[in-house]
Amino acid sequence: MRVNINVNGQDVTADDVWPGESLLYVLRERLGLPGSKNACEQGECGSCTVYLDDVTVCSCMVAAGQAEGREVRTVEGLAEGPGKGGDRPLNTVQQAFLDAGAVQCGFCTPGLLVQTDDLLNRTVDAGRPAPTDPEIREALAGNLCRCTGYEKILDAVRLAAARRTDTDPAGSTA
Amino acid sequence: MRFLSPSTLQEALEAKAEHPDAVPITGGTDVMVELNFDKRRPDTLLDLTRIAELSRWETTDDGGTRLGAAVPYSRIITELSAPAPGLAKASRTVASPQIRNRGTVGGNLGGASPAGDALPPLLATDAVIELASTRGTRRVKARDYFLSFRTTARRDDELITAIRLPAPTGPQHFAKIGTRNAMVIAVTSFALALNTEERTVGTGIGSAGPTPLRAEAAEDFLAQEIDWDAPGPLPEATVRRFGELVAAAARPIDDQRGSAAYRRHALSVMARRTLTWSITDYRKEAAPCA
Repeated sequence: MRVNINVNGQDVTADDVWPGESLLYVLRERLGLPGSKNACEQGECGSCTVYLDDVTVCSCMVAAGQAEGREVRTVEGLAEGPGKGGDRPLNTVQQAFLDAGAVQCGFCTPGLLVQTDDLLNRTVDAGRPAPTDPEIREALAGNLCRCTGYEKILDAVRLAAARRTDTDPAGSTA
Repeated sequence: MRFLSPSTLQEALEAKAEHPDAVPITGGTDVMVELNFDKRRPDTLLDLTRIAELSRWETTDDGGTRLGAAVPYSRIITELSAPAPGLAKASRTVASPQIRNRGTVGGNLGGASPAGDALPPLLATDAVIELASTRGTRRVKARDYFLSFRTTARRDDELITAIRLPAPTGPQHFAKIGTRNAMVIAVTSFALALNTEERTVGTGIGSAGPTPLRAEAAEDFLAQEIDWDAPGPLPEATVRRFGELVAAAARPIDDQRGSAAYRRHALSVMARRTLTWSITDYRKEAAPCA
């Protein structure tokens, strides 16, 4: 079957899609977007988190045909602005993960970036206060990291939230 | 494999009549796991995410809530905490934000796992399930829906379209045991609902039997013990007896998540806790305004 999806602002078409395959497989194997990671394939790890019509989901649990005509935003679409790939300025969340050292092997990172971006969209970007630690933990409860032990990830989320509310004394980089 | 994606309920019912083996899919949190791991190869997937009326809820004439089968847990939590407190509390314990954005009560009922988090509150609150086919729509009480392990009253040509939740008339609580708060399949779970108008008690036991279960002896016992006119703290012995009766109603097995003995023990503890929370709430509600 053919599936038409708007991915990161662009209308794209995937052909020869098997109806039982996941949106994650379509993104990685048919559309050349390997940023979303394939780890558990059962919704346990959050490595494949993407926006589907502005709501974060595990893309391994979305059947390809369910994404027909929908808008998908992947980790590749977080960085905005002109340029391609690595030439684009990083999103605040991506920069904060780099600055806080919240990345080790990197496998969980794309999912954490998308889920954190969503948390900030719903809090500081919506005029609400920066998320509390329990709110951060709740938002990221479905994203597993087996390297860093989460402390630096929490640091990165706090840093990103502070930068998006311009309360970071060190100033904003993105 | 065929992928059908109807945009109206009528089309979906016709598709289900024509392909009774078609596997309905909404959030995909059960179905896609089976497909990803090659455990299931259905001839037909029936996508129900494009049918607007399945993703809506409305208040019914009797003050209850008619919940579309495809409303995700995240919306139940944010939109239905007042009209469906027991179900909303259970929805909070489902997996993770990403899964709650996709998973649905319809899916929980379709899969009919005894561990489905949404199911004990449906038993406790005496919810009613709407099953539709091209032959018409019928209503089945949640209490009559679960027949045996993963077998339900739903017929092959029927789709689960809605869940009717009575307006709450008293406290509703839910408790769940697992190794952590998030991403946990219940070792066991328990829902309690007090119906202060009919002066009855509702219970639901999860993950401690082949189906979600009621503890009917515990319900009858507690309904007799509560002073519905002037609710006061219950004697320790009454609370303890309620816990024992709930544990006795379970039919647990030993498995990788816990032993049968542990499940019974945990159920008695959760029954006592939810009862204490409920009586505290009830006394607050019943107390005259200062």
